Amino acid sequence: MMTTTIPTWFEESQQRAQGVYDALAMPSRKDETWRFGNLKQLNFEGYTPEASSDISYKIPELPEGVICLPFEQAVEKHGELVQQYFMQREARLGSAKFTALHRANVKGGLFVYVPDNVKVDQPIEVSHVIAGARQIAFPHTLIVTGKNAEVSVLDRFASANEVDASLCIAVNDLIAGEGSKLSYCVIQELNLESRMIQVNGTEVGRDAHATAFTLNTGSKWARNEAISMMTGEGAHSDMLACSIPSGTQQYDQRTYQHHAAPHTNSDLLYKNTLYGTSRTVFSGLILVDEGAHYTDAYQTCRNLMMEDTAEANSMPGLEINADQVKCSHGSTSSSISDEEIFYLRARGISPQKARRLIANGFSVEAVDRIGNDRIEELVIAAIDRKFASI
Amino acid sequence: MSAEATIDQDTQAAIDVDRAKGDFHFPENHKYDAGVGLSADTINYISDVKDDPDWVRQFRLKAYDTFLSKPMPTNWATEDLNNIHFDDIRYYLADGQKPMRNWEDVPDEVLETFERLGVPEQERAFLAGVEAQYDSETAYSSVKEELEKDGVIFVNSTEGLKEHEEIFRPWFGKVIPTGDNKFSALNSAVFSGGSFIYIPKGLKVKHPLQAYFRINSENFGQFERTLIIADEGAEVMYMEGCTAPKFETATLHSAVVELVAMKGAKIQYVTVQNWSSNVFNLVTKRGLAHEDAEVRWIDCNIGSRLTMKYPGVVMKGERARGEVISIALANSGQHQDTGAKMIHAADNTSSNVVSKSISVGEGRSTYRGQVHIPKHLKGCKNNTECDALMINANSKTDTYPAITVRGNQHVTQHEASVSQVSQEMLFYMQQRGISEAAAMSLAVNGFINDLVSEFPMEYSVELKRLIELEMEGSVG
Repeated sequence: MMTTTIPTWFEESQQRAQGVYDALAMPSRKDETWRFGNLKQLNFEGYTPEASSDISYKIPELPEGVICLPFEQAVEKHGELVQQYFMQREARLGSAKFTALHRANVKGGLFVYVPDNVKVDQPIEVSHVIAGARQIAFPHTLIVTGKNAEVSVLDRFASANEVDASLCIAVNDLIAGEGSKLSYCVIQELNLESRMIQVNGTEVGRDAHATAFTLNTGSKWARNEAISMMTGEGAHSDMLACSIPSGTQQYDQRTYQHHAAPHTNSDLLYKNTLYGTSRTVFSGLILVDEGAHYTDAYQTCRNLMMEDTAEANSMPGLEINADQVKCSHGSTSSSISDEEIFYLRARGISPQKARRLIANGFSVEAVDRIGNDRIEELVIAAIDRKFASI
Repeated sequence: MSAEATIDQDTQAAIDVDRAKGDFHFPENHKYDAGVGLSADTINYISDVKDDPDWVRQFRLKAYDTFLSKPMPTNWATEDLNNIHFDDIRYYLADGQKPMRNWEDVPDEVLETFERLGVPEQERAFLAGVEAQYDSETAYSSVKEELEKDGVIFVNSTEGLKEHEEIFRPWFGKVIPTGDNKFSALNSAVFSGGSFIYIPKGLKVKHPLQAYFRINSENFGQFERTLIIADEGAEVMYMEGCTAPKFETATLHSAVVELVAMKGAKIQYVTVQNWSSNVFNLVTKRGLAHEDAEVRWIDCNIGSRLTMKYPGVVMKGERARGEVISIALANSGQHQDTGAKMIHAADNTSSNVVSKSISVGEGRSTYRGQVHIPKHLKGCKNNTECDALMINANSKTDTYPAITVRGNQHVTQHEASVSQVSQEMLFYMQQRGISEAAAMSLAVNGFINDLVSEFPMEYSVELKRLIELEMEGSVG
């Protein structure tokens, strides 16, 4: 059944969410999920939801049966399908209050549904441009792949100008059905007055392969929360991020690899290249449920300290409740060694250029694993823009 | 995942049995018994009995307020902490008045373990609680005399704060402030027992010091307080606990251990913890390393129901070094929540953490660590390795490190791995006629072998035997 107006379940859920938002307390120092976090950034008094959103869609030719619509239209036209997948899981990494606010105000975004055995070859590209001072954007991206389906989506967030302070609370739900391939990539290039909260929830079904990638180069403060839940045997999740903070930028990243089924894989690689007095927080957890035997889970966070004034915090965590598990995590923080610089200088490259080259090479490692040429090209262009600005 | 608050049957059984025994073991006729529960009166009582100087009494009372004001750290730690009933605990039983127990009351498995570990007869009586005091005078008096000749102070903490106030007081509570955490505050309020050690400048103590050496003193208190000061260039190794299981009726142990290594000094602190499996062992341990000094914690946790212990080193002087070597073995009904805290506070300081944990049956082992390298320091290094071995399908292991690095002149690395004893490895050994259980035991001993060798000789031999014992029945 199709409806042409906003379904009542959606309106009701928005009202409920507003109630949840009001009822939940603000995160405090005591919350483990906000350890090392900067709670001052959570003050957005005087901010209002944006009146209209400026979103452009670049949608390739789509095979039959694929639904690809702006989020509100999808709610109207495919209400039942959206209801089935929309924000079904709790935000477990500290931002429950803000995902409730998102739910109450969700506006703009994308809904993609790829039916069984259908492959979308070219990536779907969405560009959000946030304009106006003290505005909050609430874009939602919901991607569902059927059995053996394939799709990749790129979301880019940018500001209309360099002066308006805005806030973006983006939530994305990725549901990879059996044997499907789902790839989702975010490029965050907001201006240096703005803030971003991005909450990702990925569910990976039997033999499915999900890839989620985030690039942070913009905003004065960004918080990324990513949960990947492996629910079927043979599920594989790649969680990737590349962040290049400079000046006084702060990035706060929390991840959760949840293995709920046996014979599942997850592989996380977060790379931070820190300039100026920037600051990063990485907190990752691998949870292997009881009975999720034969799990392989890896988690790596690498921090490249480009200047003496930068600060990196890492909290790589493991919780293992099953047997026959291969898990490892690693976190390193270091700077470029003199040998590396010397090697390049010996080949006639100036020290500044050598440092830039090494930092670039370091950052790009996570990009290579996205596995889509077009998206990789766009991400690398954004990385180059950032390095050119430093 | 089920909350920790629900105790499995084994644990429950263990606790219940002990409660009944507890009644038996604490008859009414104690001369110095602070009674059950904690209040300002209890603390005044302890101070009266111990004849504390006034500053100590004030210190205790202030700590008691701090204890009350601090919440339980259940926002990050296990909910099991809520099972500690502070009102049911005895905070002080006077020296020499400790309950006597009959051999008949000591569980068979404890006796069997003594037998198999080859614990000397004399020690057994003490460990089992049949004797309140381990009589070591004959064995160690010559060592003690020698130490005194060299100017070493080695007394219990009560004596330390009275007789040696000028050395004791400047450092007491300075490495671990009262308000560090709820349990350090509790200890500061009710402490008794523990050691005070001062090693004079340049003296390298040849023999490891043990609490055993001290005679006629409160031993292994519930709330022991230890302070060790190694003056410039001095070296000392201190050993606490022993490998044999200690049968205990008191269910809360909360010690505070402070180490101060002056310029160029070296302190090694060895702990082997094997409390019985009804004990909450919540310990705060920290060392302060001045210029060129070194503090090493060598820590092995086998017993207790819940251990929370994160030995730390504050590297305050240039080129100071901190190290934590940790082995934890968690069997069914046990949670070993251990780790390390490395605070770099000067240039060119380096720290190393190596932690190996083994989870057997339904046991849970947790590594929790913190590495802090603040701004404007140069050349700090940290290496953290934590490896976990899981023996059975329902064993659990967690790792929660936190690493803060500011600036680009430091190197930190953290690595953790979780693994099982592979089927191939067991098959290889079984092929050569070794039973599955023995093969498993060999594999586990291999896993921790390089750390066990850090322990003093007699400890490492016993440790290996003990681990073999713990592993029994876990396979097949």
